Parts: sequence; C-alpha cells; structure tokens
Amino acid sequence: MSHNSESLLPSAAVAPPTAAPRRKRSLQQRRARAAWVLVAPALILLFAVAGWPLIRTLFYSFTDAAMDTPEEYNFVGLANYLDFAEGDSFGVLADPLWWQAVGNTLWFTACSVSLELFFGMLLALLMNEKFRGQGIVRAAILVPWAIPTIVTAKMWGWMFHDQYGVVNDLLLRFALIETPLAWIAEPTLSMWAVVIADVWKTVPFMALMLLAALQMIPSDLYEAARVDGANAWQRFRRITLPLIMPAMIVALIFRVMDALRVFDLIYVLTSNSEATISISGYAREQMVSFQEMGVGSAASVLVFMMVAGIAACFLWINRFSHEGKEARE
Amino acid sequence: MKKLLPATLAVLMFGAVPVAHADTLKMACNVSGAMKPYCEYVKERFEKDAQHKLEFIEMPAASDEKLALYQQIFAAKDGNAVDVLSIDVIWTGLLDKHLLDLTDKVKDLEPAFFPNNWQNSIVNGRIKAVPAQLDAGMMYYRKDLLAKHKELPPKTWEDLARIATKVQKAERDAGNKNFWGFVFQGKAYEGLSCDVLEWVASYNGGTFVDPAGSITINNPKAAKALNTAASWVGTIAPKGVMGYQEEESRAVFQNGDALFMRNWPYAYVLTQADNSPVKGKVGVIPIPKGGEDGLHAATLGGWQWGVSTYSKRPDAAVKLVRILSEADTQKRAFMLLGIPPARVDTYQDAEVQTKAPYLAEFKDVFANAVPRPSTPTRAQFPKVSKAMFNAGYDVLSGRATGEQAVADLEDKLKRIKGREWK
Repeated sequence: MSHNSESLLPSAAVAPPTAAPRRKRSLQQRRARAAWVLVAPALILLFAVAGWPLIRTLFYSFTDAAMDTPEEYNFVGLANYLDFAEGDSFGVLADPLWWQAVGNTLWFTACSVSLELFFGMLLALLMNEKFRGQGIVRAAILVPWAIPTIVTAKMWGWMFHDQYGVVNDLLLRFALIETPLAWIAEPTLSMWAVVIADVWKTVPFMALMLLAALQMIPSDLYEAARVDGANAWQRFRRITLPLIMPAMIVALIFRVMDALRVFDLIYVLTSNSEATISISGYAREQMVSFQEMGVGSAASVLVFMMVAGIAACFLWINRFSHEGKEARE
Repeated sequence: MKKLLPATLAVLMFGAVPVAHADTLKMACNVSGAMKPYCEYVKERFEKDAQHKLEFIEMPAASDEKLALYQQIFAAKDGNAVDVLSIDVIWTGLLDKHLLDLTDKVKDLEPAFFPNNWQNSIVNGRIKAVPAQLDAGMMYYRKDLLAKHKELPPKTWEDLARIATKVQKAERDAGNKNFWGFVFQGKAYEGLSCDVLEWVASYNGGTFVDPAGSITINNPKAAKALNTAASWVGTIAPKGVMGYQEEESRAVFQNGDALFMRNWPYAYVLTQADNSPVKGKVGVIPIPKGGEDGLHAATLGGWQWGVSTYSKRPDAAVKLVRILSEADTQKRAFMLLGIPPARVDTYQDAEVQTKAPYLAEFKDVFANAVPRPSTPTRAQFPKVSKAMFNAGYDVLSGRATGEQAVADLEDKLKRIKGREWK
C-alpha cells in the first residue's frame, strides 16, 4: 500500500533512492504501460466471453464427456478426431457424414457469397448514383438485413411451401413450371432454397460495405478518365474495382466466415436430412442430439479451425497482393 | 464434496423441524398457450390437497429441443429449475439417472394403465415415470369424399393407394387442382421414424431392433414396405411431404386438400373445431395393413410424468404426480386438449365417448401399439432413430431403393451398436 502511494507523490519532493530506476523508464514505456492498463478490461472481457469457451471446447474435445454429466470424463487423446482400432477408423475425420457436411458448407459458401458479391455490387453502384428518393431506397434496402435469421427462415419456409407458397404460385402463373416444386423437401432444391434466402438476407450488408467504399472515390478520377476516352467498363475495371478492393476483401471475409458457420437457415428451412447438413449442424447433432460432448467439441474445434484458416488465407492474399503492388510501383 | 458439507449441515439442522411455510414446487406446463386451463386446474387441485405452492415453467414445443433443455438443467444438477417434468416415451432409458425412483410410491397405480405404456416407463425394474397420455399413429380420412366416390375405408396400403389415386384424379378433374390422396410426415426427423416403423411393422418386417437387441431390419418385407412408401411420393402424396411434420400435414388435410392423413390422435379435436373446413367430415381408422396378411401397426407415442432426482421437495413432487395420474385429471386433459388419456378406465367415460366416438374402438389399437426400439438400444436410441429416418428419407427422395436402404441401415446400426448397446 505505502509502496504504491509513494509513487503517486511528486518524485522530486520525496526522491527515495529506490525510486531512481523507475524514473528512468522512458516516456514510450510509460505510454505502453498505460495503454495496456486501458485495454485490460476489454481483454479480460474478451477472454471471458470468447477465450474461455474456446479453451473449454478444446479441452472437452480430448475427453469422452457426455452432455448431461460433463464432470465425469476420461481423457481419450485425439480419438474424437481420428482413431484406429481393429482395422477400422473412428472419430469425426473418419466419418463420411462430416466430409459431406464440409462439402455442403463449402458449396453453400461459394454459391451464396459469390451471388451476394454480384448483387451487392449492382445495388451499390445503383445507390451510388444520384436520384430522387435515394434516402428511402437506402433505408428500405436494410430491412432484410435487420430481420433475424430465424424469422427469415420461417418466412421463406412459407414462401417456398409446395402447396400454398407464393414462389410456386408465381412460377405457375408465369408458366415457368408445370407442377409445384417441393422447394424445401427435395435435397437438390432445398440447398438452392437456402442460398436464395441467405442471399436475400445479406445482399444489403454487402451493398452497404461496397457503397461506403464507392463514395470514398474522388469524382475527378472519373472525369479525367472520361476526358481520356475510357468507356464505362474501362472506368469500372481500372478505377472503381482497384479502389474498392480493400473494402471488398473485408466484406468478403465477413461474409465467408458467416456463411461457413451457417446453421439456422438449414436447420429451420430444409428437411434436415443428411443430404443438407452443414458443419455447424453436424457439431450440434453430436453435442445436443447424441449428447456426445467430446465428439461435438472436436467437431466444433474443426469448425473453428476451418473458419479461422480460411479467414487467414484471405488476409494473406490481401497482404500479398498489396506487397506485390508496392513492389511493382 | 466441500460444497456438500454446509448443505448437509443445513439439512440436519432444519430438516427435522416441521416446515412452517409452504414450499414452491415447479412443474413443466406451458401455461401461456392452449394448456392454460389444464395447468390451472392442476394448480388448484395441488394447492388445495398438498398445502404447497405450484409454479409452472415453459418448455419448447419441439420435443428434441425440450430434451436438450432438460439435459442442460440436469447437467447443472439444478434442483430449483424443475421438479415434475413431462417425458417422451422414448426418453425414459436416456434420462434414467436423472429421474427419481418412484417404484414404492406409485406401484399401486399399475392396473389402471395400458400395460405396454406402463412397461415403457420401467427401467431396470424401477418405475421412473407415470404415463400421462398415450399416443398411437392413426389414419384420418374424409368420410364425405369416400361416400361420394362409393368407396369403403381401406384395410391395406394397396387399398389406400388405389382409392387415393381414383379420388385424387376425380377431384382434380372436378377443378380442385391442389388435391392430394395422402399426406404424412416425411421430413427427416423423429416423426418420420414413427411412420417408417409403421410401414415396416405393417408388412411384418419387424421393429428394426428386436426387444433382445438384435438388428432385424435387413429383410425383404422391410424393403418392400419402404418401396411401397416411395411409390406414393409424387403420385398420391405431394413431394412436399418430405418437408412436412405433423402440423404441415394437418394444414393440408384440414384445408380440405387431402383424402387421407397419417397423424396422432391430437389432430382429431382440431379438425373438428368450428373454423375447420372439414368439420364433421373426418373419420378415423387404424393404420392399414401391409397386404392381406399384414398387421395394423401403430407406433406407440405419448408422454409421462417424472420427478427430477435433484428435486428438493420429492414428497410434494410425488403428490403432484399422483394428482396428475388421476382419472379426472387425465380426462380433463383430453376434454381440453384432445390428448388421449393413458388410463384404461377413462375410455369408458360417457363424456369422453361423446367428444371422440372413435376412441372406444381405438382402445385395442392403443393396447397393441408398437414401441420404437428405444428400450433395447438405450442411450444410443437418438442415433438409431436418426439412422431410421435418414434411411426412410433416402428411399422417399429416390436416392436409394428399399433393398439398398435396409442393407445400409443394417451396417449403420451395427456400427452404432458396437459390441453391445450401451
């Protein structure tokens, strides 16, 4: 206590010999220390809400704990991930269903994120133009993004209903199909139903991210390009695209990470068979339906590693392309 | 252990002293929904008889979500969350260690209940729950349409398919474009396992796993049953059934857009509601047989009342369970909610018979309902059920033939079983 209060006094007045080395600390060091102190609450909070569950999950993935008795467990090493016994392999990585879930999830991510990028870009370019009612359009476009995913899923579930859904009704009216399609019942169609619902929900997010980037581009660049005789596509290709690239990559990282952990849309919207399961759905099934906390945790860790790995790849590509550009310049 | 010491001391010090104030007991009852009048009746009875207070906790409607929530409560050994809880017939083995042994407290009630239902709540010779309601699959049909097209209710699946094809065609020609012959639960979930069990058992194809634990599914009769079911999809049943649960199929049937519907008994009272387009036009028959030498197989469903091991007021909880098991309480649940009682005597009750004339006939169907293989497969049942409904879904969606599906299912079940069901 006294030690602390000493340091609070003006050092010149007291100047105890023991305090001498402390005074030598540079401004830089003191600022660094203050920074740590200021960041500490946030770090502690982050550890409590993100780090601790992650560590627990990692821990349980090496055990055979059951969901309803988590305190009784044995360590099983890596057996939940992969194990060989009696000429047969076990564990998440040996489960064909896991690999099917990985395939489904990657397919969903690739389809929905590329469609979102395309439509998001179109919307952003549209909103970037000046027209009457611009404010209303920008606000209205946010509505799907504001609706909770579970509501989106239920809503699209009814719209895709084979007997009473509006989607089949419209398609029949325009004579695009002859008999109603079972959108959410057949595995091949239901993955597309999920993609459509997801694109509808998240295009606004993509559009706003891209719009923000578009508005940062100084208009004189376009004027100069126009004077030089560049057509619309050339202006987009040579000016717009390179300048919004960093923002686009950030938006893509967000969306890819989000799409990789897709769960609720598939769980609520589709028939929930093995044909459409996602990796998060797989982890939930092991953990909640089968009560296998160990296997479920192992699957969760793999989901985490996959999401983190892909995010790291994106960042690496981004940095690499920047470095390449700097080198060229 | 350290935590236990103060608690034990407290019990020793105060446990012997007569409780001066009333305890509060918690029961799983969804008081904000249609169950409100029933919950309130129970509360009134209990508070008068037992001198304790009763509170309700709300549970999710979907049974697998309810199970997940219970297990979280049990994992935390939470004695304050719930004392008396409703348990699906397939959970008794699974929740065994979290349920209070009621053997000495309710043994005398046994003769009042259907034997197969009562047996289902016994695990390792100990009574773990008391049946609250009995469910079994049944076939609903449109009386008016069968009369119009001069047909009798079907006895076999072949009969059903023939009548459904004929009526569907006639109704569509008459301008009802959305009309279908048959709706059932084809979504990949527990409900499909029930339907698949009915198909297979009705063709004498067994119950997937027999009571001794042997895997019996890989047989030609089971394959035939699955192939028959697959032939309905897209012909007499909409492809959308592969996304239907109970309520989706009831929506189509109750809207007047289907001739037959497989569902649980609860649907009857709802189809007879005042705003129902098919009011007064609905009949009920047992699930059809698979061919002339098949069985009328109905999957056994239903709920039971159990007491949490972690309950701090087990005596009051048992008192409540006994009130819930009375004929009057079970009858009230039926009159208010259409839930068929688990007590045999309620089926002779005049009021019950007026409300649902079909129930008396169904006493035999209920008494012979086929249980899902949850008792022999024990804690592995969720995996077994999942394998069952995925096999059914693969056949319905045309991704496998019945023969492939039963062979694959046998492999899968063997893998799940390992050396022994545990």
